[in-house]
This record gives sequence, C-alpha cells and structure tokens, in this order.
Amino acid sequence: MVSPEGNEQARAATEEVARRSYGKLVAFLAAHTRDVAAAEDALSEAFASALTDWPRNGCPRNPEAWLLTVARRKTIDMFRAAQRHQSSSEELELIEATLAAPAEGEIPDERLAMMFACAHPSIDAATRAPLILQAVLGLDAKRIASAFLASPAAMGKRLVRAKEKIRQAGIPIRVPGNEELPARLDTVLNAIYAAFSEGWTDPAGADAARRGLTVEALFLARLVVTLLPEEPEAPGLLALMLHTEARRRARRSAEGEFVPLAEQDQRLWDHAQIAEAESLLHRAGSLGHIGRFQLEAAVQSAHVDRCRTGAANWPHVAELYSALFALTGSPVVLINRALAIAEVDGAAAGLDAMPDQTADARLTEYQPYWAARCELLARTGAFAEARRANEIAIGLERDSAVRRFLERRRAALPE
Amino acid sequence: MQYLLLLHAEEAGFMRMTPEQQKQGMAAYMAYTEALNKAGAIKGSNRLQPVSTATTVRVVDGKTQVLDGPYADSKEQLGGYYLIDVPDLDAALSWAARCPGASHGIIEVRPIWTMGEPAPAGA
Repeated sequence: MVSPEGNEQARAATEEVARRSYGKLVAFLAAHTRDVAAAEDALSEAFASALTDWPRNGCPRNPEAWLLTVARRKTIDMFRAAQRHQSSSEELELIEATLAAPAEGEIPDERLAMMFACAHPSIDAATRAPLILQAVLGLDAKRIASAFLASPAAMGKRLVRAKEKIRQAGIPIRVPGNEELPARLDTVLNAIYAAFSEGWTDPAGADAARRGLTVEALFLARLVVTLLPEEPEAPGLLALMLHTEARRRARRSAEGEFVPLAEQDQRLWDHAQIAEAESLLHRAGSLGHIGRFQLEAAVQSAHVDRCRTGAANWPHVAELYSALFALTGSPVVLINRALAIAEVDGAAAGLDAMPDQTADARLTEYQPYWAARCELLARTGAFAEARRANEIAIGLERDSAVRRFLERRRAALPE
Repeated sequence: MQYLLLLHAEEAGFMRMTPEQQKQGMAAYMAYTEALNKAGAIKGSNRLQPVSTATTVRVVDGKTQVLDGPYADSKEQLGGYYLIDVPDLDAALSWAARCPGASHGIIEVRPIWTMGEPAPAGA
C-alpha cells in the first residue's frame, strides 16, 4: 500500500533529481547514441518508473544512478525495437557496455559536449538556443515556444528536426579540439546570450516563461565557465549578463514606467551580482585574448562605474565601442558609440558619427536608432526633425513602458 | 558513418585556366585523394564530364521525357564527388574543407542513408 505521504515524497525526490540531473543524464545517454530524442524518451520513462517505484520501495541511495540504469534499459529496448542500425547487435553491445560503465560511480558530465552539438554550425542558427534549453535543461517545447514568441507546434517541429539532424548527419556530441574550439565556443555563447536576451525583453517580469530564461541562461553560462576555465569569452559573457541582470529591478519604476540608466535608483541594483561580474571580467582579462562579450561587459562596467562615482568616463566608453565595432562591424554598436561621442564632443559630432540608415536597411526598423537620433537632434536644436525621429521610434516599439517613456520625451520637446 | 562530398564549382573556371594552372589543379586533387587513401577514409570518387554532356530523364503519366542539359541550372555545377567513411560530421567537414574544390567552389556534405533506418520524423 502506497501512502499519500510516500507518494508526495517520491514526487518531490524525483523533481529534485530532475532539476539537478536531467541535462546530465540526457547528455550522457545521447553522447553514446547521438540520439537526443531517444535519450529524452528513455529518461522520461525512467522518471515515470521512479514515481511508481520510489513510494513503494523507498528513494534509492543514488537516485541518479537508479534513473540511468532504468533509462539505459529503455534505450536498449528502443534501439532493439526500432532496429535503427544495420549492425545492430554489435552496436547494441557497444552501447550497453559504454552506458553501463559509470553507473557505479559518478556520471561523467557531458552537458558541455551537448551544448556544442546543439549549437553546431550545421544546426539552424535560430534553433540553437531553444535546443540547448530543451536538451540540457529539460524545458518543454511549449514553454520555449512562448519565450521565443513561436507557436508550440512550430517550435516542437523545429526541435524534432534539429534532433533528427544530430542523429542522421552524425553531429558529434563532443567538445571540439583546441583548433576549432574558439570559433565553435562562439556559437555556444551566442546561443546562451540569445536565450538570455529573449528573457530580458520582458524586464517587468510579467511573463514567467521569459523571466525564467535569464536564470536558465545564467546557469548555462556558469556551466561553461566551470567546464572551460581557460576560455576568456565565457566569463566575459557571464559578466555581461550579470551586469544586465543586476539592474533589472531598477529598470522599471513602482508604476511600471521605464527608467533610463542615469536616473535609476542604485539601491535597487544587485551589488553582489555587480561585484561578481567585475571579478569575472577581471579574470577574463587575465586570460589573454579580448572578445566581443568581454568588451560589452566592459562597457556595462564603465556605465556602472560612472553612475556610482559621478565621474564622466565617456572617452573610455567611446573607445570600447570603437574596439567592439572593429570586432563585430555591427551598426548597433555605432549608434551607442555616437551617443558616447556626443557626450565628449557635442551633439553635432555625435550625429556625424551615427551610422547612415540608407547604408543598412535594418536600421530603419530599429527603435534605438530613431530614439538616439531624436536625442541628438533635440540637443542641436533641430526640434522638428527630433519630433519626426521620436514618432518613428514610438511606432517601432513593442514594449508599452518604453513607448510611454518615448511619448514623455516628445511632450518635453519644445515646439 | 559514410558521407558524400558533392563538389560544385563553376565549370568555365577550369576552362579559363592556363595548361600550367590546370596541371597544378589536378595535382592538388591527386594529393587530396592520396591523403584520403592514406587515412583509409575513401570509399569512392569520380570526376564528372561537363554539364554540356548531361541529359535529364523523367517519367510523366507513363511517358518518358528526355531533356538535354543538367537538372539544376545554376552558376556552379556538380563536377564530382568523394564518398568517404569517417566517425562523424566534424570529421567529414574537416575533410571537405581540405578538398581543393572548397577553395574554388562549394562542397555539400550529405550523410548516406543507412538501409533500414526510419525516415526522419520532422521531414
């Protein structure tokens, strides 16, 4: 007879193991079969078995090993039933042998290898972040879909296809060798940052699915920092995300209005996160080569420093943006650089430094471009032009709090 | 796993080369093939006659249609292939990058469908 308390305990225990080890178990199972979907299926069956078995027989001493044993059996059954491989008996023996080995001790952590497979250049770029969130963290397609503003059906299909590609194209679940590592790590970090940015587009935190993504992205970045301690861009990314996350609560007023950086209440900043970001950035700087994420984190660090000390550091900020532009060629960087130049040499110089929207059509649909133009034009006294730029910016913004901020800016413009 | 490396390049490019350049080009392919051989990775390879020799065939409503010319009419043409056997996609991609064809054209890397394998679920 299963008592309700035993049931509840077993559920709590499996949930705890699921949170802690889901990605580790999927990665370990898939690393040997290259079949992510099969690993997920086997593991979800193992969790289902745990829910019936643990209340009856008590929670096992090593729940992770218990789940792996069951999942391994399911995997082998599935492979046998599907006869997916021609040389099935030999391959099955190999799979049995490799999956059996570590059940005694610690399960090797293949999550980093899994991230490299999910962010492989042969996987569709827009699917890399969703795939990592699913395969490494176990987020379901519905939640990922809502965070990435896609329909659950479409997202589900994309994820299935990507997993099929890993298996059929033979994408290795492995950390690449030294020669390829920097370029490949870049795609992994970009995918993590994409997940973080999706979460960040809803800073009010009204949408739990999106808010949670920033936490998940921080977890993934920490994992990469831990597992690849010699790569400076990983702590660079983590520092950038921590700096951004640290100011989350200050970005909106109690009334839900957008608060620009210079006007934020610094008591609402998470100073522990800022301190961690600074120490990560320092550590990244000691590892030898500079990169995009370190530079972006350095910009954030300079902004925070200016706000805290009141000492203007705009020439330094403009320099950082110049270095960043040299590295990325991004017109978005030019906009920010122009704003920094305006602080150093005046609004007219800032306007001159703005990227030409006719040179890059994407800028015409980019809200910050028009908001920046509005600011600089207003400072040169070209109020009519500033008003026009402001109107376009309002028309392009999807966040209502930012829209209201821009509307207040317009109201403040002299006729 | 087996992969087919499909070599696409602008055919006219080869014709425009001087005999000396053509000889150098051929030597590069021979060296590449030899390297694949040494690694025990090659399963087969061929160079194709120019697309001017191509004929396409299809059967529509039971009638055979034969047309002059290649199937895909693009700037680059399929000019040859290597069938290789390597552990995974990364190994196949690094062989593709070493192929002389990657420097003057495009190489498509396609895994071979193993018999008995089910169709992809998402396709």
